[in-house]
Amino acid sequence: MNRDLIDQVLSARDTRRAVATVTSIAGGVQRIVPRDAVAGDPLEEALSEGFRFDKSGVHALEGEEYFVHIHNPALKLVVVGAVHIAQSLIPMARAAGYDVMVIDPRGAFATGERFPDVTLHDEWPDEVLSEGDLDARTALVALTHDPKIDDPALRMALDSECFYIGALGSRRTQASRMERLKASGALQDALARIHGPIGLDIGARGAPEIAISIMAEMTRALRLGE
Amino acid sequence: MTETLLGQAAQWLDDGRQVALATVIETWGSAPQPVGSQLIVDQDGNFEGSVSGGCVEGDVVSAAMDVMDSGEPRVLAYGVADETAWQVGLACGGKIRIYVEPLGA
Repeated sequence: MNRDLIDQVLSARDTRRAVATVTSIAGGVQRIVPRDAVAGDPLEEALSEGFRFDKSGVHALEGEEYFVHIHNPALKLVVVGAVHIAQSLIPMARAAGYDVMVIDPRGAFATGERFPDVTLHDEWPDEVLSEGDLDARTALVALTHDPKIDDPALRMALDSECFYIGALGSRRTQASRMERLKASGALQDALARIHGPIGLDIGARGAPEIAISIMAEMTRALRLGE
Repeated sequence: MTETLLGQAAQWLDDGRQVALATVIETWGSAPQPVGSQLIVDQDGNFEGSVSGGCVEGDVVSAAMDVMDSGEPRVLAYGVADETAWQVGLACGGKIRIYVEPLGA
C-alpha cells in the first residue's frame, strides 16, 4: 500500500466515510472504492455485500483473485450519563474498537478527571447530538435514570439508524419510560428497539459486571442483529 | 478516537522506519482472528497487531522482513499443526491465508 492510499483510508476513517481497498492478489495492484461509488464497479456485488455485512474477503473475477477489504466507519458509543457504570463500560468499549462520546448536562459528573481520554459534553443530549451522529455504526446507552436527560436522547436514537439502544433501569422504570415515550408520540414498533432493562441477563452485580452485560448485548446486536 | 493499526503504520513511516503490513485475507474452520485482521512489522522485527492467536506470528514477522527487503508482496498460507508443520501451524485446526505487503513508497 503506498502512502497516498494509506492517507486516503485514514482520512475516510477520520470523517466516518466507508471505503474499501481492493488488492489484486497476484499483481499487487491496489485501488480504493468509496461506498457511494460502488455502482458499476466490476466487483459491485462483492463490494456492496461487504459494506452491508461489514465483511472483507477474497473474490474471483475473470480468473483473478481480489481481496476486498472493507473499512467501515469506526464503531461509536454514545453514553448518556457520566455515571459509575459508564466508568466501567467505556474502557471495555474502547478495547472493542468503539469511539466513545459522553453526554451529561450535570457538570459535576462529566469531568475529565473521571473520564480521561473521552470526548465529554456537559450539555443536554438534544443540544449535542445531530442526526448525523447516530448512524448505523453507532450504539447509544442512556444511563442517568433521569427522564429529563435520558428521554430526549432516546427519542433521537429512535429516529436514527443506530444499531443498539439501551436504557438503564428496573422493569418498573422501563415500563413508565415506555409510557412516557409513547405519550410523546413514539410508535410501539420503534419502542421495541430499546433494550431495557439494559444488558444480557447474566446476573450481573455491580458496575463492572453490568458493563460486561451491556457490552455483550451490544455485541450481539452488532454481529447477530438481535 | 481509537488509534488504528494503519494509523500507527503511518506514524512509523513518518519516523523513518521501514514497514510491512500483513493482512488475513481468508480463513477456514476455527481461525482465531477474522479476515481483515492486521499486523505491522518494522525493519527490526518490532510488531503490533495480530493475525492469529500467536501461532504463526513469528513466521509472519520474518516473512514480512523479507518482503521489506524485496519490495514484493507475498501470500502466506498456514494450515493445521501436524508433525511436519510443528514449527509453524495453527493448533486450533483452522487454515488461514495472509497477504504481506511493503508499506509506503
